[in-house]
Amino acid sequence: MLDILIKTFKTGTVTTKYPDKPDIPPIGFRGKPEFVADRCTYCGKCVSACPPNVIRQKEEGGKKTLPVSYCGCIFCGRCEEVCSYGAIKLTQEYELASKTKEKIKNIFGRSLHIREVDAGSCNGCEVEVNALSNPVYDIERLGLHIVASPRHADMLLVTGPVSRNMELALLKTYNAAPEPKLVAAMGSCACNGGIFGNTYASGGGVDKFIPVDVYIPGCPPRPQAVIFGIMVAIDKLEQKIQRKDFKI
Amino acid sequence: MTNQYLEYIRKEFGDQVLEEKSSNNEIYITVKRDAVVRICDFLFHHLDVSLVSIFATDERKSSGGFKIHYVFSEKEDVFIIIKINIDEKHPEFPSITHKIPAANWYEREIQDMFGLVPKGHPDPRRLMAFEDWPSSSYPLRKDFDIKTRPPRVKGEYVYRRVEGEGVYEIPVGPVHAGVIEPGHFRFSVAGEPILNLEIRHFYAHKGVEKLFENIPVDNAVFLAERISGDNSVAHAVAFCQAVEKIGGISIPARAKYIRTIIMELERLYNHLGDIAGIATDIAFAFGAAHVNNLKEQIMQLNEFTTGSRLLRGMNTIGGVRRDIVDKKDDILLQLSSFTSEFRDLMELLFATPSVADRIETTGRLYNDIAIGLHVVGPVGRASGIDSDVRRDHPYAAYSELGFKVPVFKAGDVHARTRVRADEIYESVSIIQRALSSLPEGEIKVEVNDVKDGCALGYTEAPRGETLYWINISNNRIERCKVRDPSFCNWLAIEYAVLDNIVPDFPIINKSLSLSYSGNDM
Repeated sequence: MLDILIKTFKTGTVTTKYPDKPDIPPIGFRGKPEFVADRCTYCGKCVSACPPNVIRQKEEGGKKTLPVSYCGCIFCGRCEEVCSYGAIKLTQEYELASKTKEKIKNIFGRSLHIREVDAGSCNGCEVEVNALSNPVYDIERLGLHIVASPRHADMLLVTGPVSRNMELALLKTYNAAPEPKLVAAMGSCACNGGIFGNTYASGGGVDKFIPVDVYIPGCPPRPQAVIFGIMVAIDKLEQKIQRKDFKI
Repeated sequence: MTNQYLEYIRKEFGDQVLEEKSSNNEIYITVKRDAVVRICDFLFHHLDVSLVSIFATDERKSSGGFKIHYVFSEKEDVFIIIKINIDEKHPEFPSITHKIPAANWYEREIQDMFGLVPKGHPDPRRLMAFEDWPSSSYPLRKDFDIKTRPPRVKGEYVYRRVEGEGVYEIPVGPVHAGVIEPGHFRFSVAGEPILNLEIRHFYAHKGVEKLFENIPVDNAVFLAERISGDNSVAHAVAFCQAVEKIGGISIPARAKYIRTIIMELERLYNHLGDIAGIATDIAFAFGAAHVNNLKEQIMQLNEFTTGSRLLRGMNTIGGVRRDIVDKKDDILLQLSSFTSEFRDLMELLFATPSVADRIETTGRLYNDIAIGLHVVGPVGRASGIDSDVRRDHPYAAYSELGFKVPVFKAGDVHARTRVRADEIYESVSIIQRALSSLPEGEIKVEVNDVKDGCALGYTEAPRGETLYWINISNNRIERCKVRDPSFCNWLAIEYAVLDNIVPDFPIINKSLSLSYSGNDM
């Protein structure tokens, strides 16, 4: 018992200051892909190399553009690798969450109860949701609680592309959560199907089945990105990505 | 290739063998369909080789029928693959489940995915396709388009029933109280003790094997990384090794060492997560918080080393995509402080009476059951199965870096925790030695086209043996069979919980550390 006490005091506080203080990921982190228009030759290499197929080549009024959807991006860096002109680069930016409405609700003022629903994810997102409760991120300090039942929840944090076999369970869980409720789609497959796309077994994103209030891209999003997304959803933080840049 | 096992098969079943072929360390033996039960039984029971996978292929276009492959692994780094041909007009094959229990789910998977019926299977219910899936659609047949969305039909899934006075059922899942993946558990209990547990999975089935056939080979490694998120590297490396084996590509030594290092980093954070989970489930909050903190440190080290907390995006066919040259000193520094802290914590954990009380003798998985089901990884090693792909079928740089394989006999939660703790020390020392002897040179070779052919790729994931069988033709994946370790280990939980009480189920489940997504795919 004494050993436990000594160890506890010796360790001290390990909790991060995020979101009060910004957290910069290490060099080499693969974040939001940025496109440099004047370097691009529109060769289409990145378009065909992108595994989840979220880079499109568009032509509007004689002007070529190359919109990238952050929504389904898996941040693999293939586009950067195949581009011989350096026209597409993965930046350090990871706070990519985006709301579907300007102001969501002011009802969730002080604390938020979250129920996590895995609708067929690869378990990468679960690793990060579990990390939210570890002593480093400790989301309880922000008034965010992960609860055991949708009946206790204000928000459903949904991961996975919604597999055919989870469709019914997701709808039942959604209906079991009391109004008013929020839905956050966490991870690229929940946002847009990600690499699993739209197939006989994969539904291609949460918004095809239930209304989504906030999208949190990442594969998986790092814990800070999830915290950012949840805080954006309850209007505690301002989103950085405009809705029009988000989905094609 | 001459091999003593091959000699035995020739001697015993010479007239049943239709064709023999070998490439690398794989021997393919095509046999007559009706002899397969006897041959598999002979291999398993008389020669003690383990059945590691069964899968089907649809080769109706090229050879006019389906084929079923039974993959056996033996200790001398050789794989024996027994093949049978199945005519489209008679879509059935003899079941071997009554001889080798490990065959159970594979045969039901083939039934759902290819529409080939395992004759004589003791439990021929649906497995991957749920009851609302129409009976004439088989996703892995070549004539099934991946975009098809068959209508939902009416159907019923019947669970095993236990009847008697005071017996009742507890249904759990697929949406659970904790942050875990979807799956259904049906307990039959009388009071607290569990009389029977039936698991029902495949809620997370995303059609991965079909998807492999529809994406370019060089992008498929990203899909492999996303089959079981926390075992990303093990899957990606197994995939790359299979493709490299087909193409006869030998990767630079430096790439082999980097792969080894990141595979061991993956083992570190997975095992830490499991130990923390066990501590959480026995309400030892102090241990859980500290081990979770250590896990977080390793995940931050992962992000520092590779740019991804789950070590994603490092592997590619022909080597690795990034070098870790400038990070060597930081990794070594952090690992040395990690080891001493982890050692202190483990001494504390195993010396705490309340911990010992909950984990000793809990969730016993007996050796004979573990062998019958081909239980792999730390779970198998805690039940006395001395196997480790890193040692038995060496890959990457493992043959140059000696390491110990901890094996325990008790088969309880305590033994499984001990195996993981011991493996953490081994992993740290593997990383340290790999970093200090990191060879100079390139990190990848350029690969443009991949030759046609098929091969096995395998790794020892944190959860155990991970197996890929890939067939490439015309630069496209014709068939990719993925065998995640959890596919073998899930059935073991039905035995491990017997005679335990319901409140101990979460600890047993956590100690087995099973992936739902890797199993369901």
